[in-house]
Amino acid sequence: MKRTGAQIIWECLIKEGVEVVFGYPGGTILPAYDAMLDYPSVHHVLVRHEQGGTHMADGYARASGKVGVAFATSGPGATNMVTGIATAMMDSSPIVCITGQVGSSLVGLDAFQETDVTGVTLPITKHNYLVTRVEDIARTIREGFYIAKSGRPGPVLIDITKDAQQLSCDFDWDSAAPRLPGYRPDLRALPSEYQNALSLINSAKRPVILAGHGVLQSGAMQVLKDFAEKAQIPVAMTLLGIGGLPANHPLNLGMMGMHGEAWVNHAIQQADLLLAFGMRFDDRVTGNVKTYAPKAKKIHIEIDPSELNKVIKADVALVGDLREVLEEVLPLVAVGDREEWIDHINEMKGDSAVRDIQNLPDTGHLYAAHVINDLWRYTEGEALICTDVGQHQMWTAQYYKHNKPFKLITSGGLGTMGFGLPSAIGAKFAKPNAEVWAISGDGGFQMTAAELSTAAQENIKVNVAIINNGYLGMVRQWQEFFYDKRYAATPMKSPDFVKLAEAHGLTGIRVTERSQVESAIRQAQQTKGTVVIDFRVEKEDSVYPMVPAGADLHNMIRRPMPKKPLNETLKHEEEMEFAK
Amino acid sequence: MTAHTLVAYVEDKPGVLNRVASLFRRRTFNIESLTVGHTEQPGVSRMTIVVDTDEFGARRAEANLYKLVNVLRVDDVTTQAAVMRDLALIKVSASAATRSEILQLTDVFRARTVDVTNDSLIIEITGTEDKIEGLIEVLRPFGIIEMVRTGIVAMGRGSKSVSPNPPLVAAQVMEVAGATAN
Repeated sequence: MKRTGAQIIWECLIKEGVEVVFGYPGGTILPAYDAMLDYPSVHHVLVRHEQGGTHMADGYARASGKVGVAFATSGPGATNMVTGIATAMMDSSPIVCITGQVGSSLVGLDAFQETDVTGVTLPITKHNYLVTRVEDIARTIREGFYIAKSGRPGPVLIDITKDAQQLSCDFDWDSAAPRLPGYRPDLRALPSEYQNALSLINSAKRPVILAGHGVLQSGAMQVLKDFAEKAQIPVAMTLLGIGGLPANHPLNLGMMGMHGEAWVNHAIQQADLLLAFGMRFDDRVTGNVKTYAPKAKKIHIEIDPSELNKVIKADVALVGDLREVLEEVLPLVAVGDREEWIDHINEMKGDSAVRDIQNLPDTGHLYAAHVINDLWRYTEGEALICTDVGQHQMWTAQYYKHNKPFKLITSGGLGTMGFGLPSAIGAKFAKPNAEVWAISGDGGFQMTAAELSTAAQENIKVNVAIINNGYLGMVRQWQEFFYDKRYAATPMKSPDFVKLAEAHGLTGIRVTERSQVESAIRQAQQTKGTVVIDFRVEKEDSVYPMVPAGADLHNMIRRPMPKKPLNETLKHEEEMEFAK
Repeated sequence: MTAHTLVAYVEDKPGVLNRVASLFRRRTFNIESLTVGHTEQPGVSRMTIVVDTDEFGARRAEANLYKLVNVLRVDDVTTQAAVMRDLALIKVSASAATRSEILQLTDVFRARTVDVTNDSLIIEITGTEDKIEGLIEVLRPFGIIEMVRTGIVAMGRGSKSVSPNPPLVAAQVMEVAGATAN
């Protein structure tokens, strides 16, 4: 049957199971938008900025496990997507971005709103396409979705000229199957390679599993748990690996790296074997690579061969889907008894507990850690949390304990400020029944605050917790630690966030004392629309522990020891019990 | 750091050369030479890339090349028995007094004279990089006016084409269902 290119786009999206598209119209994508009205089964969300649209598609993808879709016009529309695409690339998030391009006869002539967007996005997409012929649209979209979600997922951009959208051709989905002779998403290590890994595992005395994003992306949560329990190996999480093993699981050590707890980093440094599962040894995880886990052999299981031996040389490197590899290795691994090692780590934990702000007497000051701990408590640890980037992000990773996967959505690799609110909106579309909270700083929130208007127009409920300390907090912290407290360009004046929410017809709440935290959260939960809570927290608070950039992983700046005697600091035992 | 010679089969599509070059740039590899041309198969181009890196770097370059959707096959022929050829055109000053000496040298290197004027010669030479550099050295005193080189092309010796199951990184891999055969 004959279809215009614009119609083919929507027909293909429906075939791919797309229910929602985040986009912004403009000249060269107008044919596709015109055709959209004839395909009401796909819901279009009008974003306020194309960066927000890509973050929404990203949040949708991470919450649903499906491909997120964003639309934009050529030129500025397409370039506004760049930050969102780079974010998705670094965090292996499957999104498909469809952009309009000027007519094919104008390409290369610096036409109005022409940008070489396939050139611009070449290094930040898994793959991209410029489509100039209507006959190529269907196959390209099918290939795009397949590439985005298979293997190590990632963003795909499809740039379609205006004339290709306007012209017609025969549309036949079945004959438009992907033709990708060079694409290998399913590489697997030979089973004979497992033996080398098994002998290392079975003889290790002090092993640690490093669980990354790959655990969630391959759906390896159950087999990871079975593996860790059978072999009795403690598990440290990367930021994006959080939720891969329940936080309350006795073998879950917590987050590793720059702001990982001291016992986690010490365990890694003292280990005799690291099992890297679906992670890539980011510099925020390793610190100084020359002194990283010096006594440990390394086993690296990773779907992307280019990550093997990139940063850390592996003694055994296994290419493959983590779940499939672990399922084959699990029956072969010996039942472990590593009580001594686990006891040793627990001893180290005790030292950190007395330093933790959660265990200090309540002085009435509003600390961000309290806010996030309370948020965790009053949402019963069940909320879907989307964060921005900075101090609040690290406090969220430390104090919002996730027992379930896909409940923390955060920009890890790229560290994109402004990610929180739009990714939360996208996640809410994926999980309409979930309690979704965006946790942002006052800086990051203002980068994409315009998307409040999107939430209002869509009548969608996300709650926004702004951890407002009047600074670009993480940068201020670096200035405090490493730049002699010279606060260059970090003090930040913000608008009245309560009034800003109200200006959008939404609810705003201000919290200045800890006693108000619970009622504010409860009110947010009970309010029908989106709620913004402005938490005015301690201004010059820092995230501990901290491994300075490039420093040895065991050389952490620890939380200051409490001034009060220990027995008094432990008065809040009831609270501690809960915090476990 | 040594020169590694990678042979890549790629789909003959717009922008593929850009993707390969961009990959080497952003992963901070130093390309010594890159040649591209048609192969015996329609729709498939072959690139010979000489890159200055260590063994780990070469494996990383190979793995990253495989990540490009349009790259079909990669082979590191550095340590294989392979024929490697570079072609150079060298325009050299030649007066009546020096011409015969230059032509003699050209003969010694089995190079060809492809253009003669009253005051210059163009010499064409094909061979390994070492051989070409040898000729350039002996021609330099006469005055090289202009020179162009194609960069290396490489092909493994024997009747086999490239290895059917190229080893990836440190791990042996095999293809399983899902990847479409070429």
